[in-house]
Amino acid sequence: MTWEHCDKTAIVGVGATPYYVRGQSWPRTINEMIGEAILGACADAGLSVRDIDGFAYYGGAKAGYIDTMDTASIMEMLGIPEVTFTATLTGGGGGSAGAIGLASAAIIAGDAKYVVTVMSLQQRAQRLGTVFGALKPDPENSFLQPSGLVGPGHLMSVLARRHMHLYGTRREAFAEVAINSRLNAMNRPKAIRRTPLTLEEYFASPMLADPLCRLDFCLETDGAVAVITTSTERARDLKQKPVLVTAATHGGRAEWGRAFAWMGMSDEYFASSGHKDVAQRLFAKAGVKPSDIDVALLYDHFTPMVVMQLEDYGFCGKGEGGAFVESGAIRMSGSIPVNPHGGQLSEAYIIGMTHILEGVEQLRGTAINQVADAELALVTGGPASIPVSGLILRRSA
Amino acid sequence: MSQHLSRALPGEHVHITTDPWTEPFWLAAREGRLVSAQCGDCGKFRMPPTPYCPHCQSQNTQWPTLAGTGTVYSYAVCNRSPFPGVEDFIYIPIVVELDDAPGIRLVSNLVGIDPEQVKIGMAVSVEWNPINDDWRQPIFRAR
Repeated sequence: MTWEHCDKTAIVGVGATPYYVRGQSWPRTINEMIGEAILGACADAGLSVRDIDGFAYYGGAKAGYIDTMDTASIMEMLGIPEVTFTATLTGGGGGSAGAIGLASAAIIAGDAKYVVTVMSLQQRAQRLGTVFGALKPDPENSFLQPSGLVGPGHLMSVLARRHMHLYGTRREAFAEVAINSRLNAMNRPKAIRRTPLTLEEYFASPMLADPLCRLDFCLETDGAVAVITTSTERARDLKQKPVLVTAATHGGRAEWGRAFAWMGMSDEYFASSGHKDVAQRLFAKAGVKPSDIDVALLYDHFTPMVVMQLEDYGFCGKGEGGAFVESGAIRMSGSIPVNPHGGQLSEAYIIGMTHILEGVEQLRGTAINQVADAELALVTGGPASIPVSGLILRRSA
Repeated sequence: MSQHLSRALPGEHVHITTDPWTEPFWLAAREGRLVSAQCGDCGKFRMPPTPYCPHCQSQNTQWPTLAGTGTVYSYAVCNRSPFPGVEDFIYIPIVVELDDAPGIRLVSNLVGIDPEQVKIGMAVSVEWNPINDDWRQPIFRAR
């Protein structure tokens, strides 16, 4: 049954810093970039920063994987007088889309009026690409790290291999995800990678964890993005046309669990994005079908995970993701345009936040690569250890 | 050693730590025995070892010695050193299913093989790589 609170909350403001190649945001600091993103979102919404009374984070409120975002520090820095809600989803980047659900829950419960979701990232001391290799050993990761799977891309290469084995998925499919992302980023002033990408260049890219090459890995970037969620009723008095939160879900099944930090997933889940159950709940809650979605902002940290999310969200059948993307279906002219902003592969990696930003711009009708008459946008977080998450946004009338 | 064959990670760069629930695995490894946590009540295997059986919540745990044979479930081929200052070499992270411990997988390395020869489903058996603090890490070779 459709959720009783569909479209009762809305995203009303978005703000972002410039995007930087990893480490190059210094001498800016994590908190200073948080400030720019939040103040930008307030200005966009037509709110004073003093109106902010809630924070809904994800990833344990970690800023990247080393630093932490702290509500008290942000209040002190920006002069926010009081908060009545401050909470985070657990896990990592898998919760990005779900954080809007957390914000909506606070608003529907009456615990806060204007809730910020923010991510700020600066990869100065440690790059994310090899973050696991740099972790101190603990009793749990001692069963993983000694294999030399030093980063998330290395871990996901093993899932990609299994998908290729089971379904005959080709590297050409992963290439198409990268090429589509690049095509969409080429006209975006803030995108880090804007040069054309050919299939030949893709196949010449060095293998980092075969079957994945460097171009299958997303960017390592710095920057911050913030969005403000409020009730749809309050949104009517603000500056922007509200973008409605139709539904959000997060979580995942034990068969997926710690996913590629574990490798014990059941055979059905191993070569997947882990999103199947979250996706089914999301569509049921929103009362819409995959074919109703006009634009998909899929978390693209690694190209195979876009292919597998297309399957888990029902845009194609299980195992058909490779042929589906190779058919051109995810291009701007295809049946389901994916990541018109260039995503994390070509624009910038702010742990999922740029996908939410793009979802808002698509439904305001102000996107640089606008999908004509877009009414419903899907935004996803993860794939990663539980939670993974999904969000459906709707254009307001 | 042939340059195109996969190698174990240099043991002096590999570190592990234990807690009371995982230590029996590593103590057996030190003796050259591959073991798995198994529920003493319902008999289900679980790895990595955890304080409760996820099937029946029992804490009764036993540690049977396994044959050390299995099959490759999936793998990657890496040709860059994961350690700063160590010259690049080929290593093959594998996910292994064990013949006599259904339902669990180990994440390990496949050594001594040309990457072109690796196949999902191939049979492998355990060997031991000495690592820091006198521990030993299970690695696998085609059989």
